[in-house]
Amino acid sequence: MSELNIETVSRTTAMLFSGRLDAPGVARLWDTAVKTVKKTGRGKIRIDLESVDYMDMAGATFISHLSRLAGSTPAEQSNVVTGVKKEFAPLLDLSQKSKNEALSPPPKVSYIEKTGKDLTTSLEDAKMFITMVGEITAALFSCLKNPGRVRWADTWMVAERSGVNALPIVILISFIVGLVMAFQAAIPMRMFGAEIYVANLIGIAMVRELGPLMTAIVLAGRSASAFAAEIGTMKINEEIDALTVMGMEPIRFLIVPRVIAATLITPLLTVFSNLVGILGGMVVILSFGYPPISYYNQVVGFVSWEDLAGGLVKCFVFGLLIAATGCIRGYQTLRGPSAVGDATTRAVVSSIILIAVFDGIFSVIYFYLGI
Amino acid sequence: MSKTIINVRHLCAGYNHNAIMEDLNFDIQSGEVFVILGGSGCGKSTVLKHMIGLVPPVSGQVFIHGEDITNARGKARKRLLAGIGVAFQNGALFGSMTVLENIMLPLMEFTDLPREAIEAIARVKLDLVDMGHALYLLPDELSGGMKKRAAIARAMALDPAILFLDEPSAGLDPLTSAELDRLILELAGALNITFVIVTHELESILTISDRVIMLGKKEKGIIAQGDPRKLKADPSNPYVYKFFNRNP
Repeated sequence: MSELNIETVSRTTAMLFSGRLDAPGVARLWDTAVKTVKKTGRGKIRIDLESVDYMDMAGATFISHLSRLAGSTPAEQSNVVTGVKKEFAPLLDLSQKSKNEALSPPPKVSYIEKTGKDLTTSLEDAKMFITMVGEITAALFSCLKNPGRVRWADTWMVAERSGVNALPIVILISFIVGLVMAFQAAIPMRMFGAEIYVANLIGIAMVRELGPLMTAIVLAGRSASAFAAEIGTMKINEEIDALTVMGMEPIRFLIVPRVIAATLITPLLTVFSNLVGILGGMVVILSFGYPPISYYNQVVGFVSWEDLAGGLVKCFVFGLLIAATGCIRGYQTLRGPSAVGDATTRAVVSSIILIAVFDGIFSVIYFYLGI
Repeated sequence: MSKTIINVRHLCAGYNHNAIMEDLNFDIQSGEVFVILGGSGCGKSTVLKHMIGLVPPVSGQVFIHGEDITNARGKARKRLLAGIGVAFQNGALFGSMTVLENIMLPLMEFTDLPREAIEAIARVKLDLVDMGHALYLLPDELSGGMKKRAAIARAMALDPAILFLDEPSAGLDPLTSAELDRLILELAGALNITFVIVTHELESILTISDRVIMLGKKEKGIIAQGDPRKLKADPSNPYVYKFFNRNP
């Protein structure tokens, strides 16, 4: 238990400490002691430690802080701080030697400066993204000309991880989307006796839009993040530097297999997504008492091969975008513990934005082509 | 006469019931610089993890101030942990905080000190390890030696009686390593801290340690203990002699 008694004798205030000057003791006395010293002013304080039984660095820092406030330099400390026991002297010496409070925090960055820095960073980021897209495209063309240069073993492994292993989640989401959409559409359409046309709606929506879009979004969340994390960790572990100095191009070695795998696997997953989504719709229609053949005839009669092809062409582009974005964000990973997390987040966000933008572009193109 | 601060009794060190060290018994006295050494992969760091209560041992006990840390739970465990500080091999500083904030964190969590006091104490601790110039840097901006010094400052934040250091000199240049040795000796002298250090840096061991135990991988136990300078000069155990004299 620490205590502080304050006595004023002939214009000098004596602060008499007793008990344990450790963290709990200092916490109890800090405010009173600091206020007393500030109120009394420089050169009129004496700090007495004769009755102190225990002192650690927290206590020593406290006493040094008070003696500094009282205006004493380390040389004058023996006049201000008295009754120091032999075992506590080294502690007080160490804390007095400290250049405490010599360094102030760095100034805060103004709003304008911060905005300018953010803008510069975004422009640098865009420049690097475009450069990387160019490098990946060049590497892809080079590999197309010479397929032996592609690391096919890695490519199939990535295809399995990103494609086959993603199948259950793609199926689940597509089935639920088809089911829910059919159910929501069937309720108003039933009022007009037109619930069978839900099959047309589900067929066209899944094949042209939702199948490719759902697959792409699942892959963006699953594979783009995985690519960014893998390549980001490799960058932090200097594995990419090792590839570079061994004369192997990291883009051909790491990015091209992922891009090829994702580009090939996305349309395949989309085919499953389309089928399962349409099946989800069929469950609703069957529950209204229609036979499966009616649903099948409606879908097949309404959805054309052009619709299917249009959806699948989009998927190639989505796969390319997802893989390239994931790899580029991973490649851009900076240092620090949150770097891989940041790269992963940026990969998912960028992929989804690009998917949405390119989906819009495809809609316009298909409109003008009459597809 | 210094008193025993740590007792290790019948400690079988390892993971998942696989013992890599068996029946370790040793005591550490208050105020001494005690080194656990041995070849690479012999289990030094595992023994350290058992001693700080981070990983439960296969069997055996580690008593700190007479209380068994391997079986301590709840408040008893918290009290024991508050009395020790640990500096990990790579510093393990929190990357999102500045160096100063890293040192302030345990003080903010475990004391009722006002912020002004916490900052003053943290600054003194950083000055002690000669890091007063790097208060506002992030761990990412520090060199390996600076990270280790900041980690020691954080381990000392709550004025522990015992400091555990895992490979403090590993990967440092000879000058930085010597500087760290000087710091350990200075802190042990001025603050009467007991140091338990895991290392195999011979220069460091000979400079700082009062006593060592040497662990043998094949023997799964202590193969030598005592004053490292005497062990270096004693050819009676050929492996230990070769180890200390870097003579394969």
